Amino acid sequence: MTAPDRTLRIANGQGFWGDSVDAPIRLVEEGPLDYLTLDYLAEVTMSILQKQRRRDPKAGYAVDFVDLIRKILPTLRKKGIRVVANAGGVNADACRAALVEVAREQGAAGLKIGTVTGDDILDRLDELVASGVPFANLDDGRPFSEIRSQVLSANVYISSFPGAMALKQGAHIVVSGRSTDPGLVVAPLIAEYGWAADAWNLLAAGTVAGHILECGAQCTGGNFSRWWEVSGWDHLGYPIAECSPDGTFVVTKHEGTGGLVTVDTIAEQLVYEMGDPSRYLTPDCVADFTSINLASDGADRVRVFGIKGAPATDTFKVSISYLEGYKAVGQLTVSGPDAEAKAKICADAIWGRLARAGVTFEQTVTELVGVDACHGPITRGAAVPGEIVLRVGVKDRDRRKVDRFGKELAPLVTSGPPGVTGFAGGRPKATEVLGYWPTLIPKSLVTPKVVVEEVRK
Amino acid sequence: MKRIPLYRMAHARSGDKGDGSNVGVLAYDDAGYTILRSWLTPERVKAHFGEIVKGRVERHDIPNLRGLNFILHDSLGGGGSASLKTDAQGKTHGMALLRMAVEVPDDYEPSKTAVAPEGEL
Repeated sequence: MTAPDRTLRIANGQGFWGDSVDAPIRLVEEGPLDYLTLDYLAEVTMSILQKQRRRDPKAGYAVDFVDLIRKILPTLRKKGIRVVANAGGVNADACRAALVEVAREQGAAGLKIGTVTGDDILDRLDELVASGVPFANLDDGRPFSEIRSQVLSANVYISSFPGAMALKQGAHIVVSGRSTDPGLVVAPLIAEYGWAADAWNLLAAGTVAGHILECGAQCTGGNFSRWWEVSGWDHLGYPIAECSPDGTFVVTKHEGTGGLVTVDTIAEQLVYEMGDPSRYLTPDCVADFTSINLASDGADRVRVFGIKGAPATDTFKVSISYLEGYKAVGQLTVSGPDAEAKAKICADAIWGRLARAGVTFEQTVTELVGVDACHGPITRGAAVPGEIVLRVGVKDRDRRKVDRFGKELAPLVTSGPPGVTGFAGGRPKATEVLGYWPTLIPKSLVTPKVVVEEVRK
Repeated sequence: MKRIPLYRMAHARSGDKGDGSNVGVLAYDDAGYTILRSWLTPERVKAHFGEIVKGRVERHDIPNLRGLNFILHDSLGGGGSASLKTDAQGKTHGMALLRMAVEVPDDYEPSKTAVAPEGEL
């Protein structure tokens, strides 16, 4: 598996569910690789998956992942590439069953598929509250009782060690529920290098590697401030960390791919979604981002070293989602002359008409978007926008009010100022608003479960 | 003293963080970083964002990256799926901060590379 110098090549081919479908395929085909990691879960994804599982006990995981494995399994087996993904959502066992089915179809007897579960505490919430876990909001301290009746999902960010255990038991593909994004990279490092649970500097180094990789192309040129220095946007390379047992690593991408890996593209990704840089909390350790050293190591290669870590805390973070209400957003395009003034009349008309009908909202939005959709070169670059997209939206616990708002846009085309258009796609529909409730749980109350299943003939 | 866009002396990235967003600002050189550490205060950043940032602004320094990390509390109108805003995750807040005019000594030379061809700033 590993090279003689024990370098491990770990890539990320999916920064979020909905990222490029081709990136992971290209990563396994366009160059050498030992591990492919894929991140599918955002905070609100878990509640959507819980809803899917309530409708169908075999659903509740990232189905795209199974489609991907169907496509790349022959290459994975030929090249000996292993996969670590948090595609299990709220039903990792069903995901494993689907993967076993795909492997059987392809005659891949002997393939081992592992799952890590135990992160889903939705059904244990009452028991845990009764035993004294407050689940107060981590950001503002509000009591859990405020949202208890609306809770849709509750998942613990578990550590990287159960995933590493599945790999040590021979799993070629490991599917977890709510593991952390950086943890997808840390798990193979623990498994291959035997890093101890108190090797804080090493775990912090792996965490930093995972943080750099977790958003896919965001460290290889995507979202880079000096965008004009990036080329090959249509075939951006996704990131690969060439890791060493001592915790140092080089971030790079496959040769011949587009994009850019420099000290600056890596530094930008380091500060992405950053809180206190000296205390980056994960279930595995506390990483100190003020200890990171970056150095150029040739074209599209950056060496990362010197990372310090501190002992992990005695709690896991919990991500709880709940139904907060409903929302709808719609838009109208208002052309010039005098686009901005007329757009403001439209907005005032919408809110005024709704108020006269006795309908007001907990929250509204009024935005003016746009430059050149209607008048092209005539207005492009002008000091005054030639057109404006008026974007209006509402949020409320009362779904009927939100639906009522949706009926107030189209009339503006004939009952507003001239040059109002762009009302396509029908009335804005009310959709659920999912709130996010971050909180903590003592580690002693969470027991991760590891299962490794071998595919039979 | 003269004023130049922050764009010419630093790069940045932003994303959502708790009830708001964070903007990581990375200076291109040591002289620029020294200027920004004293000039780019949380108060000035909050004033620059105006109505966008409803809460307080926190700053954490990251000297090894010539970085300043700003946390803009209550800047997303709820955040994530709960926000009605176009930029519900603060993805554009980095570019918004780079538009800021920074006061620098007359002899400070901003980065020659930090200019987009035919760009605005």
